Amino acid sequence: MPNYLNLFLTFARIGAFTFGGGYAMLPILQREVVDKNSWCTEDELTDMYAIGQCTPGVIAVNVATYIGNKCRGPLGAVCSTLGVITPSVCIIIVIAALLSNFAEYAAVQHAFSGIRIVVCALVTKTIWTMVRKNVRDAATAVFFLLSFCSVALLGISPVAAVLVCGLAGALLRGGKTEGGK
Amino acid sequence: MIFVQLFYEFFKTGLLAVGGGLATLPFLKEIALRRAWFSVSQLTDMIAVSESTPGPIGINMSTYAGFHAAGIPGAVVSTLSLVLPSYFIILIVSRFLEKFRDSALVGSIFYGIRPATAGLIAGAMYEVFVLSLFDPQAFAATGSVLDLIRMVPIIVYLAALAAVFKLPRVHPIVFIICGAVLGIALGL
Repeated sequence: MPNYLNLFLTFARIGAFTFGGGYAMLPILQREVVDKNSWCTEDELTDMYAIGQCTPGVIAVNVATYIGNKCRGPLGAVCSTLGVITPSVCIIIVIAALLSNFAEYAAVQHAFSGIRIVVCALVTKTIWTMVRKNVRDAATAVFFLLSFCSVALLGISPVAAVLVCGLAGALLRGGKTEGGK
Repeated sequence: MIFVQLFYEFFKTGLLAVGGGLATLPFLKEIALRRAWFSVSQLTDMIAVSESTPGPIGINMSTYAGFHAAGIPGAVVSTLSLVLPSYFIILIVSRFLEKFRDSALVGSIFYGIRPATAGLIAGAMYEVFVLSLFDPQAFAATGSVLDLIRMVPIIVYLAALAAVFKLPRVHPIVFIICGAVLGIALGL
């Protein structure tokens, strides 16, 4: 298990390279937390994203708090949470103080167009992995497609999709033990 | 006392904004109208800055808003206040989860939620995906499919996709840095 400094630094690294919101963080989080350090399982990470979606606050921060707490208790959660927010706090203060037109520089715009494309590719792989693991029958395929359409095309709140699919899962399975894990 | 006011406003936002960083936006807009800390147009600029800097958007927004209200101490107070409610909520939720993780009912609920989460992430990325690789505006103007396709970004995307699948050991951060360099080199 990691020490406090380790938690802080790992999440600071994740925070410093998360471009475009919490979802874009998933590939880096997966690498650092699941593959490299085994601080939690892939399933736990997926569940945490669903929970982070339904609880108030910023998803990236919620996930950091959860993992820090799991590794080293409430104080560990303080370290990981401060870690994930520190890079953006510093960067934004510098930008707000010195570079008020930061987003208008041509080089910045080009760099971020490039980053966005790469993030799309990284997230495509993450989604592919999640689908292969969790879409196992007709019902789960419907859950996947419904929540995709509700967010991408209909603009329905993700919270509603999570609640409806969770309820549907409970009704379909009715608490029977999960087969074929 | 401005710090107490900042704490109050951002704690409230952190407590009530459900569903990720951009969910803080309506709350911040309301603060902008009610307090003299920052304007709505500054907030709009901040969306562009947030998209061009690392870090969760909600955090970027609160830091920026707090900085304009009361300098560096304001930025720190507002960001910590935003994070505080979810810190406690997550501690409570994870205690609950640990207790019931092995229950069959919770297993059934997550049987439904996990594929939905994959769908939500795909849905949230959909807009970024379309805007990065296609040009719906040019398509609407000319009706020509050739105008819909942004050739260079699509090639970069496919190359990146191949690299991400073929080189699973390379750290995602390396790909992101390559993306920034390519973006500048190709003038994307």
